Amino acid sequence: MAKIIEGLYYSESHEYVRVEGEFGYVGITDYAQSQLGNVVYVDMPEEEDEVTAGEEFGAVESVKAASDLFSPVSGEVVEVNSALEDEPELINQDAFANWIMKVRMSDPSELENLLDAAAYAKICE
Amino acid sequence: MNNVYYGKLIFELSKPGRRGYSLPKNEFDGYSLEQLPVARRENKTLLPEVDELTVARHYTNMSNNNFGVDTGFYPLGSCTMKYNPKVNEELAALQGFNIHPSTPDCAAQGALKLYDEVQRTLAEISGLSRFTLNPYAGAHGELTGLMVIGTYHRQRGDVNRTKIIVPDSAHGTNPASAAVAGFQIVQVKSTAQGTVDVEDLKPLLGPDIAGMMMTNPNTLGLFETQIPEIARLVHECGGLMYYDGANLNPMLGVCRPGDMGFDVMHINLHKTFSTPHGGGGPGSGPVGVRAGLEHCLPNPQVVYNEEKGRYEQHFDEESLGSVSGFLGNFGVIIRAYAYLLTLGRENVPMAGRLSVLNANYIKERLRSHYKLPIDVVCKHEFVFDGLREEYGGDHHDAEHVTTLDVAKRLLDYGYHAPTIYFPLLFHEALMIEPTETESKDTLDAFIDVMIRIAEEAKSDPKMVKSAPHNTPIRRLDDVKAVKEPKFTFKAL
Repeated sequence: MAKIIEGLYYSESHEYVRVEGEFGYVGITDYAQSQLGNVVYVDMPEEEDEVTAGEEFGAVESVKAASDLFSPVSGEVVEVNSALEDEPELINQDAFANWIMKVRMSDPSELENLLDAAAYAKICE
Repeated sequence: MNNVYYGKLIFELSKPGRRGYSLPKNEFDGYSLEQLPVARRENKTLLPEVDELTVARHYTNMSNNNFGVDTGFYPLGSCTMKYNPKVNEELAALQGFNIHPSTPDCAAQGALKLYDEVQRTLAEISGLSRFTLNPYAGAHGELTGLMVIGTYHRQRGDVNRTKIIVPDSAHGTNPASAAVAGFQIVQVKSTAQGTVDVEDLKPLLGPDIAGMMMTNPNTLGLFETQIPEIARLVHECGGLMYYDGANLNPMLGVCRPGDMGFDVMHINLHKTFSTPHGGGGPGSGPVGVRAGLEHCLPNPQVVYNEEKGRYEQHFDEESLGSVSGFLGNFGVIIRAYAYLLTLGRENVPMAGRLSVLNANYIKERLRSHYKLPIDVVCKHEFVFDGLREEYGGDHHDAEHVTTLDVAKRLLDYGYHAPTIYFPLLFHEALMIEPTETESKDTLDAFIDVMIRIAEEAKSDPKMVKSAPHNTPIRRLDDVKAVKEPKFTFKAL
């Protein structure tokens, strides 16, 4: 079974946010990586880009398919995980450790619209 | 398999000094190359040095490893790989059709008449008013059709319609063509039954919607039963309905996109009308429109001048412009004409009906071994969601046998793999379209092999997961191929 971590916020489109203060670390879930198969490319935003909750911010390409990424929160991208440029397979190794972008959240109340670990586990069944 | 000649590149067979020719004695030894004025090669050509027999064997072995409808069953979903009757080729080779594209209309009356008859036949089959046969391929037809939609709105002065609605089950070419035509894409969701969710569609409709693209039956092989309501809603908001003709085959002679409320559509002659498909084509993507949109079609159009009693190429000033030089892939149009005349009005509907019967026959016989996510009567194709759990398909198990493994194992048994991992609605999609041109014997043999693979997946999953075992090239490393691509011989 796919790993789901307590204390993170999840979207129905299989992204997660780990909140640290005003920042949110956004990535795709372990379930998402297991369904995608071997990830070969991650299309990431650039630093200082604005992202909007529910809107596309990049894409993950695997040998099976290319899937758009939807941001669970709004805000400014302050950092992207550049290690994924050369080693996109890190997402397969540990999707929760290898976040895709770090966002300075402009509206933390948006987190209330996301799922907790238990609710997310239900949609992965 | 003679791998000496097949498994290598022609460059690897090269030996210094080997030749496939002999030149007469050189009479110009006394001249220096320095006397050549310009354009003198500075480096060696690096062409392979091989004898004639090696060249013949190398390429003959390569061609023997080609796979096509003429060599075996090709159940590729959403691609309609039907047999291309040889009589099509005979007619296309007739001397009279071997004419230059710039031949004046007065000397090309036969060719223009054929173009017009194909155009009119497609219009009759589709329930639309007029077709252009000029687009060179299916995606080119989509682009042309979307340009028709854009032209229609612009000519009415309605310039704010910038969005095209596309279902989440659509062929990837739909959003791609819409983007190339300058539209923004809005996605509409499918219901759990696999058809367009009308409730999800309603809030998307408004004065910025140029149109909606649909495939019917859709990519799951399901007939969109809500189509009259969808067409009504889209028309009510001022948009046009676009029909992706990739799945026209089961509809042939049974029902017509024009009657369902579609305004613009394309047809793939290389799918539905038995012209060659794959391997670079050439394809052909005719575009049809309902009455009132004819003037938007691309130039030139072929029209019959009643007064003069002859066919002419017509250039309409209100047209969207030209999308091709001359009149499209004319050789392909001849083949489609041959197919239409061979079947005739009586038999065209049989093609559609038999394609539906064949697909349902395979589906029903394999559902005990493969997961059927949507259990209804399908049209010309259907989608499994991988192997059933009792045959090693349990996706909770990290080592489960995947759709990719099944597809690779099919190669060992001499079949072309079906479409896999499309549509994206299921994780282990395996999409089969047999077409009407296959006999029950062929279908039974394929079904037996699919069942055998399911049993192998249960008894010896490792073997299936490492397939193919009998092909000249074994399982490829997809990840490495994407991450470290090598595009030239020198890179090897």
